[in-house]
Amino acid sequence: MCLAIPGKILDERTDNGIRSGRVQFGGITRDACLDFVPDAGVGDYVLVHVGFAISRVDREEAERTYQLLESMGVLEEELAPGDGAA
Amino acid sequence: MKYVDEYRDPKLARALVADIARRTSRDWVLMEICGGQTHTIMRYGIDELLPPGLELVHGPGCPVCVTPIETIDKAVEIASRPDVTFVSYGDMLRVPGSHTDLLRVKARGGDVRIVYSPMEALVLARANPDRQVVFFAVGFETTAPANAMAVWQAHREGLTNFSMLVSHVLVPPAIRLLLEQSTNRVQGFIAPGHVCTVMGYREYEDLVRDYRVPIVVGGFEPVDLLEAIRMLVAQLEEGRAEVENQYVRSVTAEGNLPAQRVMEQVFEVGDMKWRGVGLIPQSGFRLRPALAAHDADRIFGLSTVSADESPECIAAQVLQGLKKPVDCPAFGTRCTPEQPLGAPMVSSEGACAAYFQYRRHAMEPAGSRR
Amino acid sequence: MSDRSDGFSCPVPLADRSTVLLGHGSGGKLSAELVRDVFLPAFRHPALAALNDQAIVRVNGSRVAFTTDSFVVKPLFFPGGDIGTLAVHGTINDLAMGGAQPLFLSVALIIEEGLPMDDLRRVVASLQQSAERAGVGIVTGDTKVVEKGSGDGLFITTSGIGLVPDGVDLSADRARPGDAVLLSGTLGDHGITILGQREGLRFDGAMASDSAALHTLVADLLAVGTGFRCFRDPTRGGLASTLNEIAAQSGVAIELDEAQLPIRDEVRGACELLGLDPLYVANEGKLVALVDPAMADRALETMRAHPLGRQAVRVGTVQATARGPIVTMRTPFGTTRIVDMLAGDQLPRIC
Repeated sequence: MCLAIPGKILDERTDNGIRSGRVQFGGITRDACLDFVPDAGVGDYVLVHVGFAISRVDREEAERTYQLLESMGVLEEELAPGDGAA
Repeated sequence: MKYVDEYRDPKLARALVADIARRTSRDWVLMEICGGQTHTIMRYGIDELLPPGLELVHGPGCPVCVTPIETIDKAVEIASRPDVTFVSYGDMLRVPGSHTDLLRVKARGGDVRIVYSPMEALVLARANPDRQVVFFAVGFETTAPANAMAVWQAHREGLTNFSMLVSHVLVPPAIRLLLEQSTNRVQGFIAPGHVCTVMGYREYEDLVRDYRVPIVVGGFEPVDLLEAIRMLVAQLEEGRAEVENQYVRSVTAEGNLPAQRVMEQVFEVGDMKWRGVGLIPQSGFRLRPALAAHDADRIFGLSTVSADESPECIAAQVLQGLKKPVDCPAFGTRCTPEQPLGAPMVSSEGACAAYFQYRRHAMEPAGSRR
Repeated sequence: MSDRSDGFSCPVPLADRSTVLLGHGSGGKLSAELVRDVFLPAFRHPALAALNDQAIVRVNGSRVAFTTDSFVVKPLFFPGGDIGTLAVHGTINDLAMGGAQPLFLSVALIIEEGLPMDDLRRVVASLQQSAERAGVGIVTGDTKVVEKGSGDGLFITTSGIGLVPDGVDLSADRARPGDAVLLSGTLGDHGITILGQREGLRFDGAMASDSAALHTLVADLLAVGTGFRCFRDPTRGGLASTLNEIAAQSGVAIELDEAQLPIRDEVRGACELLGLDPLYVANEGKLVALVDPAMADRALETMRAHPLGRQAVRVGTVQATARGPIVTMRTPFGTTRIVDMLAGDQLPRIC
């Protein structure tokens, strides 16, 4: 359920009383409603579902947890030096 | 794509798989609630990577699958009216009602439109004041704020030709129902990360307390899911039962408060019938009476005629994780995405369709295909 | 057959084939069903039954390739082309996939009244320019005008003939285990460009339809040697549908390597956002070549030396199958999944 993907806010404006902005996903941009993410601004990443940003991606949490994962991945490579299979 | 590609890294996945294998000392049954997660698991073959005794069963988290057949019938009836422009997310068009589906209504001349966002339905209503624009508001908690915002905006603008056919379901009551069943096999849950993005995970703490079952809020990419599985296995092996959050980059304990406020303004909780499961108390949203002017159910005065499902379809057991799609005698033969007997074969995130699309080859004996 | 079918009352009459649906034109399973159940039994001809993009018939000792194709697209004009370029390139490509040198085209227009004359002029100019650039002549045609509401602005049908050189034998039933599957460039550019126009997506790069005539690329390939089994241009239904058709006609399995698939960032982003799979998105200027493995490297070099094949890659391998035709995908995780043909069109999803 609930396809939502992360994109970067490029700009913002107000339409019919609703805060919206252009959000960039990979090589494309699309308008999204930003009313539910008052703390997200230009340059922030937001998760977008059916044209609505539903959260600001927490950069520090993402980096912290990703680094944990990555160090685990590096460790794994060292533990299994013979395993070159993709 | 940032925050997507990193979480599809095969190297990280291998490390997690190895760690899960190390931690697993006995058989466990885990359920991912969300159909989007089922889709990822099938697409990347994550279940094939796990140690043999670690079983993933698939939950009821597909709004397309659980929308009651009676509601599809209502949608078909409304969409067939000449004065109506019926607007829906793409997934709902192929879902079979009792007699037909929305794609066929469209083929016979019904004005049925597919949109990506509910706000596009508002644009249609503003541009066509002489037509009744009806939006098919389906979804779980993730989609509820967007749908709520559309109807709230229509209300604010005084758009009299915009209404919604609402079929919104809530996840925690469904998990509770599964846990209440004497047949339940599930020992740990991956909670749906996007639902929790909106709602937070306080409600899941009640479930953990009442049933002592570990729940990990998980994301949607393969590395997210493997990490959530690892966290569940760790809890089970250590005898813990807690709510943990794997999807920290998006989910907080409280969820998205501005989104919850709009939902609160627009929807109230009520009993809800889930296709393939049955009536679950307090498991759905309906429009508040103050917004009755935008309630398609009321405007078109439709009565609910109870409709029959195919007697052969085992969707009920599949959606409760009691059976796998391939346990169904009709799977892949009398029930296919072109001729679905039940809704889980329709949506690409329905468990049956996901198996059909990605996994059929692994489970068929040679020569059994037609 | 199941003995349960007698007492079995299905409330879902989706088997109902009483109405033509949009999905019947999607290039997926419904389209294949239409061909199998309606057209083939009616028209019965061995050249048709070969189910290639073109028929190859013998006329006075020459092998003549003959094909026809209708074009409906909304909007009529889009980045990278318009309905006119599609109509010329599409028919040239159908001829080229049989190894033919395209010679002559016909153009039939069905115009809805109210179409701006300037739009018609623009399309006609682009028909002529595309044909001229490809070195084929538009030598006959027809025009009909239908009432407002009976058409969608403009429909075009082009037919074409060409000559197949001696020794060239390309057909979808010739793939054999071990063959390499080569793809001339990125997937989904045309379909996503059109979708972007409709869905209000803006592309960062110069995202455009890949509409192009592939006959010179085909000629370059055929010039370097033999060992080519089958050429196809994966239009409607995308690469997945094309490979499923080849697998079915040749009775083989085809395994794709997901890590090798060339997909632009713009196409990926749009597909992620709308829940689509680029494997099923239309292309209008890409070549899939099934090639003897001994020729694969040479063929790949030749493709890359041509302007339309710079990003050519080997995307898969043909395998023997004990269980009937199938297309599978090897994921970067080392797992395998099925790549099935879709029933109808892909619909954007929220889930």
